[in-house]
Amino acid sequence: MSALAVPDVHLAAGHRLLRGTVYAEPLPDLASRRERERMLAQVEASGLAGRGGAAFSTSTKLRAVARGRAPIVVANGTEGEPASSKDKVLVAADPHLVIDGAVVAARIVGAEEIILAAGRADGRGLVALERAIAARDDGIAMHVAAVPERFVAGQETALVSWLNGGLAKPTVDRPFERGVHGRPTLVQNVETLANLALIARHGADWFRRLGTANEPGTALVTAMGAVRSPGVGEIELGMTMREVLASFGGMTAMPQAFLVGGYFGTWVSARDVLDLPFTDESLGAFGASLGARLLIVLPHDACGLAETARAIRYLERESAGQCGSCFFGLPAIAAAFESLAFGAGEAEQAIERLSQLVPQVEGRGACALPTGATRLVTSALRVFAQEVDHHRSRRCCGPSHPHVLPIPDVTDEWS
Amino acid sequence: MGGLTGNPAWYLMRGSGVVALILLTGVVVLGILTTNRAQIGRLPRFVTVGLHRSISLLSVVFLAIHIGTAIVDPYAAVSVVQVVLPLPSSGYTFWLGLGALSLDVIAAVIITSLLRQRLSQRVWKTVHWLSYASWPLAFAHSLGMGTDSSSTWFLAVALTCTAAIVVATASRLVHGGRALPKSLGSPLRPVAKRTA
Amino acid sequence: MSQHIRLDPILCDGFGQCAELLPELIKLDEWGYPIVSDAAISASLEPEARRAVAMCPRLALTLERRRERKPAGAQR
Repeated sequence: MSALAVPDVHLAAGHRLLRGTVYAEPLPDLASRRERERMLAQVEASGLAGRGGAAFSTSTKLRAVARGRAPIVVANGTEGEPASSKDKVLVAADPHLVIDGAVVAARIVGAEEIILAAGRADGRGLVALERAIAARDDGIAMHVAAVPERFVAGQETALVSWLNGGLAKPTVDRPFERGVHGRPTLVQNVETLANLALIARHGADWFRRLGTANEPGTALVTAMGAVRSPGVGEIELGMTMREVLASFGGMTAMPQAFLVGGYFGTWVSARDVLDLPFTDESLGAFGASLGARLLIVLPHDACGLAETARAIRYLERESAGQCGSCFFGLPAIAAAFESLAFGAGEAEQAIERLSQLVPQVEGRGACALPTGATRLVTSALRVFAQEVDHHRSRRCCGPSHPHVLPIPDVTDEWS
Repeated sequence: MGGLTGNPAWYLMRGSGVVALILLTGVVVLGILTTNRAQIGRLPRFVTVGLHRSISLLSVVFLAIHIGTAIVDPYAAVSVVQVVLPLPSSGYTFWLGLGALSLDVIAAVIITSLLRQRLSQRVWKTVHWLSYASWPLAFAHSLGMGTDSSSTWFLAVALTCTAAIVVATASRLVHGGRALPKSLGSPLRPVAKRTA
Repeated sequence: MSQHIRLDPILCDGFGQCAELLPELIKLDEWGYPIVSDAAISASLEPEARRAVAMCPRLALTLERRRERKPAGAQR
């Protein structure tokens, strides 16, 4: 769900994805158990991890689902982060690669059915998938699912719940054990699957030629804010933040901070990370992670508190409303942050209130949304500490700066 | 020999029936208080739900006596089938049938509650909602059977029970419990269809 | 092996009985929903813990057994 049109694509050197290649050579059959084991070993050796936000080891996931009976594969292209477009761009530009990955995964785990899920407003992606399915025959049943455009709808359990005919809200179930139609379900992000397809064709060593030892490969990144050419690009993991931004044309203003990972992510000070590698490992020192691989550059003259207040209000609106601490806690946090960002002289009480609320909300939901909101709050208060001081004395540095974070205002339903 | 007014089983049946009705009233009221998250005076809330459960089991005891004596007593002479199956009929057996129906509902509620850990939330909840029907059925049964409905003390009991149920149900409608609107899109959120 | 209380936050409707029965391990947030401690349940508290689990009107609490965890520094 994006308020932006699907942006331009920037192809950095050595890019592997978004080429639209349709391979003539068929994918490995993986008919025998030994072949499946060998492929699993390749995936494990490659170090491929999820590119949907959780960065879970792909080989571990595959092994868990392979143990079950009549498993099913779900390619997750729903991309709940509103400002992130990388999955939509990938699905529209490279549907065959994504489906290749889903087929490989299905053959590894022994699934005979694949569901390709994309947001229902993603017309281009849905059409691309339908066309691609019609143009191929892998001997596996495939269909496309058009998922409601809600922030949490792409979360694994929420997606499975909706596919089972329920609401697109998170549950406490474990899809790899009991998922779609009660069967063991492998839910994998579309970019992860695209990389899986490439590993199946070119091998683990090839995959590891780019990236770092712990975080191999490339990453699709959505960049916006104070960058010259906002959009989606493929970068090599381990490039410094500065290099990453260079592939988006460089920055258009002095950066104050970066929002890394999405609205579900973390603020980091620009000077802290500009010359550090763009990896979970190095960003982890600042409490951040690549997450949905969304990077927003906040220029020096914008008000980070105002931007955060709007993002938190968005997260509050997107709560599934199932857990008391999130249902009551997020509106309270949003109101307190708004009074900090926009109120006159209420900063001190707002901060006091936030310090009471954050521990009551953090980590207490069935999904990670409330934790994402509290993380946004705490990182904002830390990174924009100087701005907070200004607000305490009723001054704001960027009161009339145009909005940097795009916040959609139309909300879809839950089913 | 009819064993009319002197038969102890006859008196026990009526007495236990009235007690069962009073206990059932208590159970329904306590169930509503639980949902309203109400407290009995200053007692902690687990007392409310605890009493609800204990009294429901106690009512089963009195129900068992009531039904057992009704079967055994030669005047009442209720058959086992009539106890559980509300067969459509007129006169005496119609009001008896209401009692049987009430028993069926109560049995379903109690059995699903005892087996709650093994059943799905939805099943338990649906059956539990039926419990609201058990009281009017039991009440109508007690009035319609006619044996004591004309006596003052019984009418006093009946009135008190009715008043309690009416007040409790009204408070339930007003309070609405405090559950989150989980099954719907929350009414607090703007829900507009995307035009794209 | 240690026993711990696990809360299903979706089933929970904030009745608050659990915090009354087991205040050592369960506190209520300002909206009446339980904040459940992850600490192991001591033997003396076990009967109370079982009662809290049984009394929950929504059956949102369960007891789970966990293997002994090494202290944080010893892993990874």
